[in-house]
Amino acid sequence: MNGGQDLGGMQGFGPVAPEPNEPRFHAAWEKRVFGLAMAMGLSGRWNLDASRAAREALPPGEYLTSSYYAIWLKALERQVTAHGLATREEIASGTVSAPAAPVTRVLKGAEVEPLFDRGFPSDRPLDVPARFAVGERVRARIINPPGHTRLPRYVRGRTGTVESVHGSFVFPDSNACLAGEAPQWLYTVRFSGAELWGEAAEPGHAVSVNAFESYLEPLA
Amino acid sequence: MAHEPHDPQNHDHPHDHPHDHAHGSGSELSPMDLRVRALESILVEKGYVDPAALDALIETYETKVGPHNGARAVARAWVDPAFRDRLLADATPTLREIGVGGRGGEHMVVVENTPDAHNLVVCTLCSCYPWPVLGLPPVWYKSPPYRARAVIEPRAVLAEFGVTLPGSTRIRVWDSTAELRYMVLPMRPSGTEDLDEAGLAALVTRDSMIGTGLPRHPGARA
Repeated sequence: MNGGQDLGGMQGFGPVAPEPNEPRFHAAWEKRVFGLAMAMGLSGRWNLDASRAAREALPPGEYLTSSYYAIWLKALERQVTAHGLATREEIASGTVSAPAAPVTRVLKGAEVEPLFDRGFPSDRPLDVPARFAVGERVRARIINPPGHTRLPRYVRGRTGTVESVHGSFVFPDSNACLAGEAPQWLYTVRFSGAELWGEAAEPGHAVSVNAFESYLEPLA
Repeated sequence: MAHEPHDPQNHDHPHDHPHDHAHGSGSELSPMDLRVRALESILVEKGYVDPAALDALIETYETKVGPHNGARAVARAWVDPAFRDRLLADATPTLREIGVGGRGGEHMVVVENTPDAHNLVVCTLCSCYPWPVLGLPPVWYKSPPYRARAVIEPRAVLAEFGVTLPGSTRIRVWDSTAELRYMVLPMRPSGTEDLDEAGLAALVTRDSMIGTGLPRHPGARA
């Protein structure tokens, strides 16, 4: 989706502004949202890609004017209601008025450390060979999917060089809409600054993105 | 780190506890506190969320995971060439050798600064960041100015962070658009020949592992 999240190359935001003491959380509610989103992400009703898609689905004006954890909160509220886990009235009032819906898993306190220490790898075996090789010139496809994608707008239609082939990974565009993991080969593709931004680009600069195989096409 | 006395006037101080304010007296709660408390009540009461898991998640990422892990890896790479080679070739199992790994670092890539090339990490689409080595990202990393500008004018962004590099140094920007997470291996500062690993790790700043900073020089420690 060409939403408010796809920020690469936008202008007019002003300087980067590090905070003096850089608190991890700015208010008590932010850490509760962090914990709730992480816990519900393991409920089995959705996945990390779906959560990113829910955040990106906020209208651009709202996305760009909401704080980071406010975006997480709004997306989580939408996911909870869209999946029938609670009604709008319930989350507005804080009072339960409808029966609970089934979830696949409830993360227990004692599970957090071992589970998060192990992590959640997203590489998946694939029995077809990679289409592209290191050093090959490729073009990022021009796509504008209405759903989730991880191909940023600023590289679409641009030509780059395959820097590495990483193996096969869960394809977010499919996983986000709960249509299956549909693993694909994943590459790092390097683009020159001039290719992305034109002749006035800063000299000696290159940008690498991680691109799934279906995002790329060979140069004719 | 010593625990500072609780200051009831400072609601933003960095050492507050998971429960301190949201579960304090109702008259102090902001609209966002109330909104999140309502959601939490529903999710807990319906049995979807275990409060103990919430506390464990918050505690882990507020206090346990942080850039000290990445600094240990960098210092080890500076003193142990074989470790450095493994780190650059296959970072994930190499970081496990020093007990570092997990959520947000399942597929790590370490990129090395040299006199010819400086690396800078960003996530233009969201906030992907190598949690096991650096902890949760700072707000600026997640905010529009950095996400928008790091890919189009990295030298200007670096200059705002006080990093000015020779024109001959290439800038390599890594946009974390998949589940690969990047950490920069900065160059070892000069004048550190006598320092041991712990002394070296103390020079490694978080920003030097994102690429928006350089390690401290000995004697210039904050």
